[in-house]
Amino acid sequence: MIKNVTQADFEQEVLQAEGPVLVDFWAAWCGPCRMVAPVLEEVDQELGDSLKIAKVNVDEEGELAQKYGIMSIPTLMLFKGGRVVETTVGFQPKKELIARIQPHL
Amino acid sequence: MDTVYDVLIVGGGPAGLTAGLYAGRAMLQAAIVEARGPGGQVVLTHEIENYPGFSEPISGALLAANMVDQANRFGVDMYYSPVESLNLQGKIKEVVTEQGKFRAKTVIIATGVNPKMLGVPGEKEFIGRGVSYCATCDGAFFRDRDVAVVGGGDTAVKEALFLTRFARRVWLIHRRDSLRAEQIQQKRLLENTKITPLWNKVVAEIRGDTRVTGLRLQDVQSGEESHLAVQGVFVFVGRQPGGPLAGSGIALDEEGYIITDEDMCTNIPGVYAVGDVRRKRWRQIVTAVNDGCIAALSAAEYIEENFGKDEDDD
Repeated sequence: MIKNVTQADFEQEVLQAEGPVLVDFWAAWCGPCRMVAPVLEEVDQELGDSLKIAKVNVDEEGELAQKYGIMSIPTLMLFKGGRVVETTVGFQPKKELIARIQPHL
Repeated sequence: MDTVYDVLIVGGGPAGLTAGLYAGRAMLQAAIVEARGPGGQVVLTHEIENYPGFSEPISGALLAANMVDQANRFGVDMYYSPVESLNLQGKIKEVVTEQGKFRAKTVIIATGVNPKMLGVPGEKEFIGRGVSYCATCDGAFFRDRDVAVVGGGDTAVKEALFLTRFARRVWLIHRRDSLRAEQIQQKRLLENTKITPLWNKVVAEIRGDTRVTGLRLQDVQSGEESHLAVQGVFVFVGRQPGGPLAGSGIALDEEGYIITDEDMCTNIPGVYAVGDVRRKRWRQIVTAVNDGCIAALSAAEYIEENFGKDEDDD
C-alpha cells in the first residue's frame, strides 16, 4: 500500500505504525524522484502487506523534511517502531532497495 | 523472453529514445532497456535552452517525457531493469538484465555517462547531508545558505546559476583560471553578483559534523590551503561512460568511451553506440538524438542485409 502522508497524520501512519514503513521524501520538480515512483510500485507489489510505503511531498511538508534533515531528494527512510533504521539517497534499483529493506521485515 | 527483437536499445536517454523512435517508424520490432527511469541526464536539467524547436526554455523532465511518448507512439517496448552483461558476438545478441535475458538481431548501446565523484575525504559520508550531484533536486534545501559548486564546464556553470535562485552566495571552485562552458553562460555567471569564482583551487576535503560545514581548499599553484565555510557542495567535475561495457568486446578508447564510425557502427557487426557513451567531441542533446537516428537507420540496413526482409524468425 502506498499512501500520501502529511504532517497531520505522520505520527499515526509512520511513527505509530505496527510494521516497517518506507517513507519517500520527494517533490514534483525532481527528475530522479519520478524515476523512483515506479520502483516503489514494484516494491509494493513484491513485498505486499509486510511493508507500508508513505510518500512525503517536501514542497508541501517542509517541516517534516526539515525534521528529518532532508537535504537531497529522493531520500528513502525506513522507519520501524518510530525510529529510522535505514536511509538511502538518490535512485536505487529495485533489487538493491529490497536488499536494504528485507532485514527489517 | 522468447521474442527476438530486431533492435534492442540499452539506455533510455535522448539518444536511445530517438533510436527507438526511428526503429519503430522503420517497422522494426524494438525495445529499450533502461536501468532507472527514462530520460537520462536530461531529467536532471531544470531548463533546456538550446534544443531547437523550443523557442522558450523547456524543462528537462518534460522534454524527456515527450520523447518517451513519441517513441511509445511507434510501438517501442520499454523495460526498466539494470543490464548485467552483454553477449554481443553471435548473430543473435543477448542482453542480460535483472529481469531476464533479451535477444536481438542488433543492439544499440546508449548507456550515457555517470557523474564523476571528487574522490576526496568526506564526500561519500556527506552525500544527502550537503554533498549533491543534482542542483535541480536539492537546490531548494539551501535557501539563504552558502554553497559551493565544483567544476568549470557547462553543467557546473549552469547549475551555479540555477542555485542563485535559492542560495545566499555561490562559490564556483575551479582548478583552472578560465571556464570551459558556453560563452553565453560564462557571461551570465561572471555578471551574477551572487556568484564568486575561486580560480586555481581544488577541494582537498569536505568537512562537517552531522552535515557539511565547509571545505578545505588547496591552491594548485602555490599549494596553499584555505577553509571555505559552506553548507552545501554541488559536484560537477565531469562524467564517465556508463553501462557494463568492459568485457563485452566492444572497442573502447583510453577513457572508456565506445569507438564508432560515422554510421555509429562499433567494431562488432550489428552493434552500435550512440549519445554520450560514444567517443566524440561534443556531448549535447542534439548530438545525442543525431546519433540515435543514424544508428537506427544503420541497424535497419544491417537487418535487411543479414536477415532478409520477409524472414519470420520470431
